Amino acid sequence: MKIVLRVNGERREAEIWPGESLLYALRERMGLPGSKNACEQGECGSCSVLMDGTLVCACLVLAAQADGHELVTVEGVSEEGRLHGVQEAFAETGAVQCGFCTPGLIVATIDLLARKSDPSDDEIREALSGNLCRCTGYAKIFDAVRLAAART
Amino acid sequence: MSTQPTRKLELGKVGESVKRVDAIPKATGEFAYSSDLVDAGMLWGHTLRSPHAHALIHSIDISQALTMPGVHAVMTHEDVPGDKRYGLEFADQPVLAFDRVRYFGEPVALVAAEHPEQARRAAAKLVVEYEPLEPVIDMERAADQEPIHPQHWTLGHGFRDDPRPNVVRDMRILRGDPDVAGEVAVEGYYELGIQDQAFLGPESGLAVPDGEGGIDIYVATQWLHVDRDQVAPCLGIPKEQVRIHLAGVGGAFGGREDLSMQLHGAMLALHTSRPVKFVYTREESFFGHVHRHPARIWAEHRANRDGKLVCVRVRILLDGGAYASSSTAVTSNAASFACGPYAVENALIESTCVYTNNPPCGAMRGFGAVQSCFAAEAQMDKLAAALELDPVELRLRNALAPGDSLPTGQKITGSLPVAEVIERAAAIPVPEPEEMLRDPIRLPGGAGNTTRGEGVRRGVGFAVGFKNIGYSEGFDDYTAARVRLFADAEAELTAEVHCAAAEVGQGVTNVIVQTARTELETENVVLAPHTTASVDSAGSASASRMTWMASGAVQAACRAVKDELERRGGRLEPGEEIDLERIYRHPRTAPLDPETGQVTDERSHVAYAVAAMRAVVEVDVELGLTRVVWIGTAQDVGKAVNPQAVYGQIEGGTAQGLGLALMEEIQTRNGLITNASFTDYLIPTTLDMPPVVAELVEEPEPDAPYGVKGVGEPPTVVSTPAILSALRDATGRELNRVPVRPDDICL
Repeated sequence: MKIVLRVNGERREAEIWPGESLLYALRERMGLPGSKNACEQGECGSCSVLMDGTLVCACLVLAAQADGHELVTVEGVSEEGRLHGVQEAFAETGAVQCGFCTPGLIVATIDLLARKSDPSDDEIREALSGNLCRCTGYAKIFDAVRLAAART
Repeated sequence: MSTQPTRKLELGKVGESVKRVDAIPKATGEFAYSSDLVDAGMLWGHTLRSPHAHALIHSIDISQALTMPGVHAVMTHEDVPGDKRYGLEFADQPVLAFDRVRYFGEPVALVAAEHPEQARRAAAKLVVEYEPLEPVIDMERAADQEPIHPQHWTLGHGFRDDPRPNVVRDMRILRGDPDVAGEVAVEGYYELGIQDQAFLGPESGLAVPDGEGGIDIYVATQWLHVDRDQVAPCLGIPKEQVRIHLAGVGGAFGGREDLSMQLHGAMLALHTSRPVKFVYTREESFFGHVHRHPARIWAEHRANRDGKLVCVRVRILLDGGAYASSSTAVTSNAASFACGPYAVENALIESTCVYTNNPPCGAMRGFGAVQSCFAAEAQMDKLAAALELDPVELRLRNALAPGDSLPTGQKITGSLPVAEVIERAAAIPVPEPEEMLRDPIRLPGGAGNTTRGEGVRRGVGFAVGFKNIGYSEGFDDYTAARVRLFADAEAELTAEVHCAAAEVGQGVTNVIVQTARTELETENVVLAPHTTASVDSAGSASASRMTWMASGAVQAACRAVKDELERRGGRLEPGEEIDLERIYRHPRTAPLDPETGQVTDERSHVAYAVAAMRAVVEVDVELGLTRVVWIGTAQDVGKAVNPQAVYGQIEGGTAQGLGLALMEEIQTRNGLITNASFTDYLIPTTLDMPPVVAELVEEPEPDAPYGVKGVGEPPTVVSTPAILSALRDATGRELNRVPVRPDDICL
């Protein structure tokens, strides 16, 4: 089947098999592998994207459900060719190691800061608890969120 | 195709905190991980796996699967072109199972199809006739049961011969008189469950046939050249026709030392003449790599009233699962560190690893030292209590120092600042208890809102851990680096550095670049792709060795290039180049005596690193819920090449030890894994991790370039016993098993 949707501000069409997840369609059909496939069952947050402005796990949305909707992936968060402040903060603070969780965490952090511009540590903890990271122990991810919040 | 484009880097020198080379591409999503690769005409591979822990295979019928839509190939053991088995230490693992399967999830057949779902559906149409056998599942009984392998791989291998069935390795370290008595003795029995590396990037990769019988494999791995050396014989082609290229690695932690899709992808690609991609699901990933050995440990510590250890006796039993992987080295490492970083003149340490039909185990961060440190530190706390001594003071009284000997008889010749690390960690101020009226997210049970403070007890614990840096026991361990210095049209010089050291997230690419910039005193350093095609082996990104070894090799290659440049008058003409490769080796090690476990030359380990840690916990003793409140640690790091990255390793390594302490365990029932998902196998989240205050103790390692040491493993080794020590303080329970379960801490 064919789906038509807006991804990162562009109209996109994709020919999909109806059983495919949105994550598979983004990664394998639309050339957007930034959203990651760590668990594909909604536990790790690595595939976090914004669908009509709402934070979702792309692995838990069928590609067919996304037909007609508006998506933002990690590839679409930079502003006018410049890195998003959250991306800058993650790179600067050492919040990136293997980096597999990073795209999902960046989208989740952007979502958090859009709702709460100056989150407390407890609010960060709760907001990002759905994003698993196996490398950093989260300390530098907290640093990144605090730095990004302080700069905006 | 290159998955990691050559790029110019602007970074600092050794000792400066600098942004990771790959931080921006990873933050924008453009960094290509092994699961992100695509190629024209690509097929998807899928692996059919055994539903049994132990069974004979009578037949495999592929006829129906072959007719399924989109299917291009179905392959079984009959289609393996060369050697039928491979392995890191012994070639005991079938490429695809023949005659029998020995663990749940063992690869049995392969399918290549146009779409991954077509490949899965075709695999479901394969008909395998199994005859289930009684699985060997109890590590304590394995050596008395039927052998699960017909061969006894370790006999005559320079190890102590143990003819019992299913023994992978049995070793003994005998020092002084193990029968000597002390004024006080404490005994204990300890158990560890199976921990999983749980890296986030699933096993994946792309195999591309070159049209001339050779293959390019783009894969997430820890050691490119040893992959090649295992793949080529099984494909039946020369090594030169197998090129392994490092694709982006989504974490490793030991779990990518062994092969996953490399051979399977290559077989399907060569057979179909099409590129073939594999991406394991998370469930499959639990079958796709080896795990940390579960262990049972019996220990007795004898000491005098003044706290000085006089004798330590330890027996360690490890379950290696169905195939050896790196079990022989884990067995030895567990024995090496069984006494902790303490001086003791009399010791008897026995360490045995057995084959079973449980999930295969091998390398995971800490590599044997995790298991023995958990037991050793619990024993030290027990001893402190028996002596009514402060646990920190007891450790200081026994701290190993240069000039002392390990139980193997190896004298500490390099840096090992045990006492300083203990003192530094102990001096970090511990935060005051927070009043109970607080946001529930900061209470045990968290947002579950299970307590307002009633039943919550605080505990404080302390532990010390140490581990070797580098490969041991006579292994010829080396790293190659190649530097090509070339002049552009304006005669400006650029250095292109080739090193096959696997960047697994730990930051070795920065180490390489920072070393080159330091040695060549130029910013014009370009990193070439990590591949077997352009440079000799770097060895494994394992054993906390890569920083030391890569900086040694890059330093040597840079110095050779500098010397040559000087010989040519200090400049190159446009278009001219110098291209030199150098091999770096650390000080030589030698095997242990098979009967006594004593060193046969100066050393069996290269060097050591030590960490000490204090942990504060709160336990809801009514519900058995835990919150780790705070961690303070000091770690011996030699010289921090990139301090920001070193702190990151300490924090991340601590989290993995916390996971083993509190939640992480692969559960099995009769050899079958029952929790192969992130829903059921839990790893620490933001809600589980406390703040970590870390101090770096920089005492240069005399034998290492710039005085560096590895930093990745000590925090994982030490954090499990530190947290357990705090839990014991809070509950008064013995807590001899990790991960701790709610029942264990409910009072």
